[in-house]
Amino acid sequence: MTQVIKDSIKAFIIENFLFGDTSYDLQDDASLIENEVIDSTGVLELVAFIEDQFGFVMADADIVPANLDSVARITAFIAKHAEAPALNKMSA
Amino acid sequence: MRVEQFLENSARLQGGKTALVAGDKRFSYAQFDAAADRLASSLAAGGIVRGDRILVFMNNCWEAAISLFAILKAGATAVPVNPSTKADKLAYMIGNCEAAGILTQGKLLPVVSEARNIEPRKLFVASTTFRGTALGEGVADFETCLGGSGAKVDHRGIDVDLALLIYTSGSTGRPKGVMMTHRNVEAAATSITTYLENTADDIILNVLPLAFDYGLYQLLMAVKLGATIVLEASFAFPQAIFDRIREEGVTGFPLVPTMAAMILQMRDLEPDFLPSLRYITNTAAALPPAHIARLRELFPRATVYSMYGLTECKRCTYLPPAELDRRPGSVGIAIPNTEAFVVDDDGQLVTSGVSGELVIRGPHVMQGYWRNDEATNKMLRPGPNPWEKVLYTGDLFRTDEEGFLYFVGRKDDIIKTRGEKVAPKEVETVLHAHPGIAEAVVIGLPDPVLGQAIVAIVVLSDPALTQRDIIKHCAAHLEDFMVPRLIEFRGELPKTDTGKVSRRLAAETLEAAE
Repeated sequence: MTQVIKDSIKAFIIENFLFGDTSYDLQDDASLIENEVIDSTGVLELVAFIEDQFGFVMADADIVPANLDSVARITAFIAKHAEAPALNKMSA
Repeated sequence: MRVEQFLENSARLQGGKTALVAGDKRFSYAQFDAAADRLASSLAAGGIVRGDRILVFMNNCWEAAISLFAILKAGATAVPVNPSTKADKLAYMIGNCEAAGILTQGKLLPVVSEARNIEPRKLFVASTTFRGTALGEGVADFETCLGGSGAKVDHRGIDVDLALLIYTSGSTGRPKGVMMTHRNVEAAATSITTYLENTADDIILNVLPLAFDYGLYQLLMAVKLGATIVLEASFAFPQAIFDRIREEGVTGFPLVPTMAAMILQMRDLEPDFLPSLRYITNTAAALPPAHIARLRELFPRATVYSMYGLTECKRCTYLPPAELDRRPGSVGIAIPNTEAFVVDDDGQLVTSGVSGELVIRGPHVMQGYWRNDEATNKMLRPGPNPWEKVLYTGDLFRTDEEGFLYFVGRKDDIIKTRGEKVAPKEVETVLHAHPGIAEAVVIGLPDPVLGQAIVAIVVLSDPALTQRDIIKHCAAHLEDFMVPRLIEFRGELPKTDTGKVSRRLAAETLEAAE
């Protein structure tokens, strides 16, 4: 299941922040902020995407680097919080 | 006084006090001053002399803070450059100011190399390392430079020498270098810290880029006061910044309206959640009165300062906090030891309620734009006395009956987005360089978070081009904040009766479509 989440997050980042540039070496553990993949308003877009796609609301306290500053962290966070139906819909 | 003396004085008076916090690094004033001395001696050993221009191409890291003071200690002029600047613009700046050196970070070295290919000049280059990759030939290791002798550089500079050259967007599309002497900087820093009632006990958290004068002055003012500056590179995660404010007991928090909008979008904040804050400042663009009211609810102990300024004189006005309830839409009065007045097209004072151009007089007004007399003469014009020039801001203002100032609009097309100025022409030049674009016009549309969002109206010569292709092209050539958020495709551009492309008509057609 986490692979489905990871693919979806990667696709969103590539589409929206790398302008479809699939040649960028987007490492799972690399900081998205330090590597300037996303900026401050980009985080708001990312949060909106997660809430919309995975069917849960993120508390302010969840919007922190520990949960969102790499593909791996985002994936782990979503896997912990997402409702099963939303994930099933994704893998369907 | 010269600006490096801010640091030397604070180090002498309270050497053990914390001066700078960045990430997990902490510097006392004695350590900060000594590190800047060692870097300055390495710059001198590398051939840097009085009056040389040295670029600081870094994000908000401790190395940038030390570099800025080291450059001044070497007698040179610091040129802070936004780290998202792309190679062609960086090359333009290197060539325009005839730079003698550049201090940068490993991750930005590829941009520096590309810029040097475009603008080959003899440059002293020092860089931090990045993920252990070699720095390459002709690049000094920043760490090694910090191990310089530390011998004081006997540069003989005085306070009317240039301290800073700060590039700002110009309406012609090429950035212009604002020349600020040490005396200009001291005047501005003294005035601002006076009305903010800053003391050495203040702890200021700065997330604004050091390449942006609002961010840069947080550092300069903190060091002048002997206060503490906490540098952060990004406001992407406000909660992380709030944690930092709590950990460090931060008292001063400078904002731009985009940051305020991000805070106000958060859902779970309780009033008084950051009790250490003594004051909040806002400038770059006006905060809507509703946002001011909500900020005051969230930060009941903090004094809110609404301010206005431009790089050419650093800061123009501030609203004394006691006036905030009476006139929340005002940016106030001239900052201490300066004057601000509103004039008509003939340079005559207008009466209250009448719009005109804001003119600024005082010791903080720039010396002009670097080697650009034409642009300088537009902004700096004869003042009330034969020996002085005053600054015509290009901004339209009016006053109320008690003389408080209200921003009305720009005289030109400059867009304000995320608190930064963007010349539409600069974005249009990049769009026109794309072979698939026939014509383009760029405007700013109101946006609740960005202030204004950059929108490009484009006529394609290659119909296969998509919005994503065009934004990607822009992102490769422009700083992040200059990249259009939206591309609107049209068969032709809105034109006036005389056939001239009109930004005003373009904005009207887009606003009508919303």
